[in-house]
Amino acid sequence: MEIDVQTAISWLNKANEKMQAEKDYLTKLDQETGDGDHGINMARGFSEVENKIANGNYETCADVFKDTAMTLMSKIGGASGPLYGTAFLRLSTALKGQDPVDEKAFAQGVQAALEGIQQRGKASVGEKTMVDVWQPIAAYLQETSAIEAAQLEKIAKEAMEATKDLIATKGRAAYFKERSKGAIDPGAASSFYLFSALAEVLKEAK
Amino acid sequence: MAAVGLVLISHSQKIVSGLHDLIRQVITDVPIELAGGTEDGAIGTSVDKIMKAIQKADAGAGVLVFYDLGSAKMNAEMVAEMLETDQIIISEAPLVEGAYVAAVESNMGKSLEEVNEAVKKEF
Ligand SMILES: Nc1ncnc2c1ncn2[C@@H]1O[C@H](COP(=O)(O)OP(=O)(O)OP(=O)(O)O)[C@@H](O)[C@H]1O
Ligand SMILES: [Mg+2]
Repeated sequence: MEIDVQTAISWLNKANEKMQAEKDYLTKLDQETGDGDHGINMARGFSEVENKIANGNYETCADVFKDTAMTLMSKIGGASGPLYGTAFLRLSTALKGQDPVDEKAFAQGVQAALEGIQQRGKASVGEKTMVDVWQPIAAYLQETSAIEAAQLEKIAKEAMEATKDLIATKGRAAYFKERSKGAIDPGAASSFYLFSALAEVLKEAK
Repeated sequence: MAAVGLVLISHSQKIVSGLHDLIRQVITDVPIELAGGTEDGAIGTSVDKIMKAIQKADAGAGVLVFYDLGSAKMNAEMVAEMLETDQIIISEAPLVEGAYVAAVESNMGKSLEEVNEAVKKEF
């Protein structure tokens, strides 16, 4: 499997579709332990991304991801803005000049994105954040010899669900201490939608 | 010699505008720029606003940045990286008292490092 400009654009458009569809659900999750803006933030950010990349003339997917990063950074407006923005910026930097991108390079790009998120937010695994989804996905992509869409989606889903029982120690939810237990982390949920969008696009591309 | 500039970042426009009034009652000559709320004035933070505020507050002596919660710090750090200068320091001091102390210190003509150290000592 290879990822080219068209795959990258389809991925982001599909991600936007999911963020719009799940906007209210993400907001509901964020009301449990945060300020209730995650759905609005993600829906706004990804709809701006779709607009932005629709007008671009791209030679490499690194360029698509760069525009995605800049747009998310300035349009999301919450913690997930700098976090997703940094993730896509690192992904773009890692893939610079390559097109199409093979699985191995893409896996390294996602690993770089994860490291970017961790550098920006200082969270490690188990702190009930989006890192809890990005980490197992990055690990899977690096281990596997051929990405399987169904497996990718399954790992993301299970990782997201596992955040339910954790106590948040980073982000706004950390103020809720013990009470942050029992609900899925909103950023983990939006990260699941992002990777489930990727899985769907990869399935179609086959 | 230019005075060290201050940037006040909050999720709420009203918080920083109130804080600005509070400081201006006492200190009038120090550059102070605000980055409160999102682009459309809602609760949140905005990289673009923070970027503009930092650039405007720098009169040549650097900028000390104060923030309230969560993403405010991450966005400030990102802007500092993007601007690629060591003339920006993000203070960990509480927003209201920290900025107040910094305004007084900056007004005495101290350098960025000195103002930051003075603020640190208070908290
Ligand atoms: N330090 C962090 N490291 C990793 N992820 C984080 C961190 N802080 C928050 N998050 C993620 O961001 C999600 C919340 O995003 P959202 O857009 O709602 O921002 P927010 O918390 O409202 O931002 P703000 O700090 O401006 O209030 C969380 O569910 C979590 O997954
Ligand atoms: Mg929120």
